[in-house]
Amino acid sequence: MTQDLVTVTIDGLQVQVPKGTSIIEAAKQAGVLVPHYCYHPSLPSPAVCRMCLVEVEKAPKLMPACVTTVAEGQVVHTDSPQARKARTGVLEFLLINHPLDCPICDQAGECELQDYVFQEGQAGTRYGDYAKRYNPVEEFGPDVLYVANRCILCTRCVRFMDDVAGAPVLNVSERGDRAHIGIDEGQLLDHPWAGNVVDLCPVGSLISRDFLHKARAWDLDKTASVCTGCSQGCNVTLDTRDNLVVRIRPRANLEVNRHFICDTGRMNYRWMNRGDRIEAPLAREGGHHVATDWEPALARLGGLARKGGSVVLLASAGASVEALTQLRALAGQGRVTAAVQVPLAEQEEPLQGVSGLALRKERAPNADGARLVGYGTDWAGAVRAAAGADLVLLLDVTLTDAEAALVGGAAAVVVLGTTLEQVLPVAELVLPVTTVAEESGTFVNRDLRVQRFQQARTAPGMARPAWWVAAGAAGADLGSAAEAFAAAAATVPALGGVTYADLGLNGRAVQSPGRRADGVPA
Amino acid sequence: MGYPHPSHPKEQPVLSKHFGDAGARTFDGWVKRGGYAGLKKALGMTRDQVIDEIKASGLRGRGGAGFPTGMKWSFMPKEVTKPHYLVCNADESEPGTFKDREIIRWTPHQLIEGCAIGAHAIGAERIYVYIRGEFTQEHKILVAAVEEAYKGGALGPSAFGSGRRIDLVVHRGAGAYICGEETAMMNSIEGRRGNPRIKPPFPAVAGLWASPTTINNVETLSAAGHIITHGAEWYKAFCVGNPKSTGTKLFSVCGHVQKPGNYEVVMGTPMRDLIFDMCGGMRPGRTLKAVIPGGSSVPIMTAAEIEGCAMDYEGIVAKGSMLGSGGMIVMDDSTDIVYQVMRLARFYAHESCAQCTQCREGTAWTTKILERILAGQGRREDLDLLLDLADNMTGKTICVLSDSCAAPVVSAIRKFPAEFDAYISRQKQPVMVTV
Repeated sequence: MTQDLVTVTIDGLQVQVPKGTSIIEAAKQAGVLVPHYCYHPSLPSPAVCRMCLVEVEKAPKLMPACVTTVAEGQVVHTDSPQARKARTGVLEFLLINHPLDCPICDQAGECELQDYVFQEGQAGTRYGDYAKRYNPVEEFGPDVLYVANRCILCTRCVRFMDDVAGAPVLNVSERGDRAHIGIDEGQLLDHPWAGNVVDLCPVGSLISRDFLHKARAWDLDKTASVCTGCSQGCNVTLDTRDNLVVRIRPRANLEVNRHFICDTGRMNYRWMNRGDRIEAPLAREGGHHVATDWEPALARLGGLARKGGSVVLLASAGASVEALTQLRALAGQGRVTAAVQVPLAEQEEPLQGVSGLALRKERAPNADGARLVGYGTDWAGAVRAAAGADLVLLLDVTLTDAEAALVGGAAAVVVLGTTLEQVLPVAELVLPVTTVAEESGTFVNRDLRVQRFQQARTAPGMARPAWWVAAGAAGADLGSAAEAFAAAAATVPALGGVTYADLGLNGRAVQSPGRRADGVPA
Repeated sequence: MGYPHPSHPKEQPVLSKHFGDAGARTFDGWVKRGGYAGLKKALGMTRDQVIDEIKASGLRGRGGAGFPTGMKWSFMPKEVTKPHYLVCNADESEPGTFKDREIIRWTPHQLIEGCAIGAHAIGAERIYVYIRGEFTQEHKILVAAVEEAYKGGALGPSAFGSGRRIDLVVHRGAGAYICGEETAMMNSIEGRRGNPRIKPPFPAVAGLWASPTTINNVETLSAAGHIITHGAEWYKAFCVGNPKSTGTKLFSVCGHVQKPGNYEVVMGTPMRDLIFDMCGGMRPGRTLKAVIPGGSSVPIMTAAEIEGCAMDYEGIVAKGSMLGSGGMIVMDDSTDIVYQVMRLARFYAHESCAQCTQCREGTAWTTKILERILAGQGRREDLDLLLDLADNMTGKTICVLSDSCAAPVVSAIRKFPAEFDAYISRQKQPVMVTV
C-alpha cells in the first residue's frame, strides 16, 4: 500500500507519518508525549485547553499540536523554553481554581493534571489569597457525579455525548471563569454508554459512584482482559485490589471498541468476587459429596469419559476456547451432543458514533468461539438429549429446576462449576473451575476476532482452569494457557496457525468458511 | 447634517452624511438621496468587476483588523458549488464603539445596499445581518427597512430585476460580546454556543454551515455602495499621504471631550485635530492624559503619543497602538488609569467564552489583581505578575479576546507606572471597587 508520507523532525527525532497526521500523533510515533487535556484520539479536537502548544519552526506563534497537521520538513520543538513556558502557564491557570483535594479524590494517581503539574508545573502558587471558584457536586446520572470544582473545562465529556453517543445532554454553561459543565434541564446522564465520560475526564471531576472512594489508583493491579458482557468482545482492564476486582475500564482497541465500553460491561464484575465458590473437587460417595483431591477426581472423570456411549456437553458461552476445546476432546469421537448456553437480550445498544460497536443481543463473550470449536446453540435440544445420555458434562452453567430434572435422567453427570448453586445433588463429580478473572485464555468475538484475556486474581481453593481439568482427565499433558491455546489452534480449523504471539493483547481476526455477512457463522 | 452635532468643517461626511436626517431612513428617502444607485450599477457588473473596484478603492475592514475588503471577497470560490453566505457583523459591542449603531439607526438602507453589493460580489444569495441584541430600536428600524427593501425590489428573488436572488435575514444576538468575533458569530447563527472556531478552516472555505462565507463589518459594507456609485478613484482620493489607508472612517469619540459623538474623517487625519478641534478639546481646566484609540482592545496611548499621530491603520500602529474599530476613549487628568484598566479587564473576564484556559482563568485573575491593587492591598510583585500573566495570555488562544484583555493592562503598566505605584505604596487612598 502506498501512502503519502511526510517527514517531520520532532525534538530532534525524525519520523515519517501519513499526510494529514496531527503533530500530537506524529510526536507519539517519535516517542514524544505532548501534554494535553482536551485532545482525545476518539473525539473531535476543539483545541481549547491550549496545553499542547508547541513551537513549530517558521510559524509566527506557538501552534496547538492536536489540530495542526504535519508538513514536509517541519521541525517541531515540544520542549523549547517558549513551549515550556506556555505549558507552565496553562497549568498555573488550571490550578488557580482547582481544589487541592487530591488526598480524597478518586482520580489521584491517574490524574493528568497531577501528572503534568508534577512533571513541569510550579511548586508554589502566585494566586495568593483569593478563594477558589465553588460549585456544589451534582448528580448527572445514576452512576456519574460531577465535581464542578475540579473541572478544567476540557469538554471531552460534552463532545463524547454530542459526537459519539449522539445524546447531547451535557453542555458548557455560563461564561468566563464561572463556566461549568451543565446538564440539560430535566435530562439525566443515563445513556447506556454514559459511563465513558468518567474515563474520558482527565481529572477527578466526573467520577463513578460505583467506584467512589473504593480504592486508590496506585493500589490497583491492572490486568488486560476481555469484557464478558456480550459478543462484541470489548477490550478491558480489570482493576484489582487485594485480589478483588473493583473496577472495569475500557482498554484501547481501535478495531473493536476504540476507547469505550458500555455501562453494562462496566458494571459486570461483582460476580467475579463471589464468595460462594466451589473450592475443592467433590466426589459422590454413598449418596453424599465428599471433598477429594484432584488426582482421584481426574481419574474418575477419565474413567467415565472412556466408558463411551452418548455424551452431552452443556457449556456456558462464557467459557474459553481452550476449555471448550479440551472438554470436547474429552468427550471423544462417539455420540456427542455439544451445546452452549447463550443468554439473549431483546435489543442491541449501539454507540452511535463508532460503527460496529454495540452492546450485542448475545450476552456472552465466546458464543462464536464455541461455534468454531463445534458446539451448537440448540440448548433446549441438548438438555433433552441429556436426559437419556450416558454421560453429561456441565461447564459453568446454572440450570433451571426443569433442566436439572432432565439432566438428572442421565446415567452420569459431572459438574465443572464455579459457584455452589451450580452443584447438582445427582452429580458423580463436582469439579471447581476458575472464572475469566482467574485464568488466562481466549474468546472469539462476533467478528471472529480471537482475543486473549489474562489472569487477574488468584483462584479460590483448589479451583483450576476447566481446560486443565478436562485435559488432565483425558491424560493430555498441558502445562500452561499458552499450551492449551496451541492445542486448540491445532484442532480447530479456523484457528489454524494462530499463535499467542500473533494475538498480542489486541487480538486478531480469523476466517471461517460459511460465515454469514452479519458476522454470525451459518 | 450630523448627529448629535452638525458636521464639523474638518469632517468628510460620506457614511454619516445623513445622520440626524430621519427622512433618509425610508426606502424612498434613501433613493431620493441617491441611494441604491450603487447596487443597481453593481448588479450590472460581474462579480470580478465589483471585487476589482473595491480592491482599487483600497477599502479595508472597519471592524478592527483592517484586512483589505476586496481581497477578502476574492477568497470566495469562483464556482458556487455550495451556498455562499455574506454575514454582516452588526454585533457592535466593543466598549467605546458606537458607529455601526448610528449607521443602522439613520441609514439602514445604506447598509442594506452595501450588503447586497457584497452578496453579489461573493456569489451569495443570502445575507445574515447579526445585530447586537441590545440594539432594540435599531433592530426595529432595520427590520422595517428590510421589509421596504423587499417591496422596493432591492432584495428578493430578482434584485432590481437582475435575476440575482438576494435575501437578507436579520439575526439578533443575545448579549454576548464574543459573538462579535466572526467565527463565534457563525456558531451563534447556527444556533450553537457562541464560541470562536479554530482557523483553519477559514470562513471563505468552510464558514456558516460549512459553506463559503464572508463576514464584513457594517461600516465596511456601507462604504461599498458609495465606492460603486462614485468609483474607486473617488474613494481612494480620501487620503492624507498614506496610500495604504484610504477612504473615510467613522470615529466614535467618548470620554472627557467637550463634544463626544461620531466623527467621520479622511483616513490619516491628525488625531489632535479630532480631539481638540472637532470634539472641542478637554473640559475647561483639564488636560489630556490618555486615549484608547480603537475600542477597548488596543494599547493605551499617552498624551505625548497623540502628538503627530495620523489616524489611519499604519499611523496608529507607528505610535504603538491600533486603529481597531475607531472607538476612541479619551481620558483627561481626572482619570484613574488603574481603575479604568480594572473595568476593562473585568469586562473581558465577564465576556470570555471560557473555551481557552488562558482566557477563562487569566482574564478573571487579572481582574482580581487589579481590584486588589485598587483596594490598597497591592504588592510590588503584582505588576510583574500582571505582565507575566499578560504574556501567557497573548498569542496563545483561539481568538484574540485574551490578547485584548492583556493589551490595555500591559500598556497601562508600562506607560503609567506611577499610578500603580501610588496604590501599591499606599500613597493613594484605596478605591472602593463597585460593580
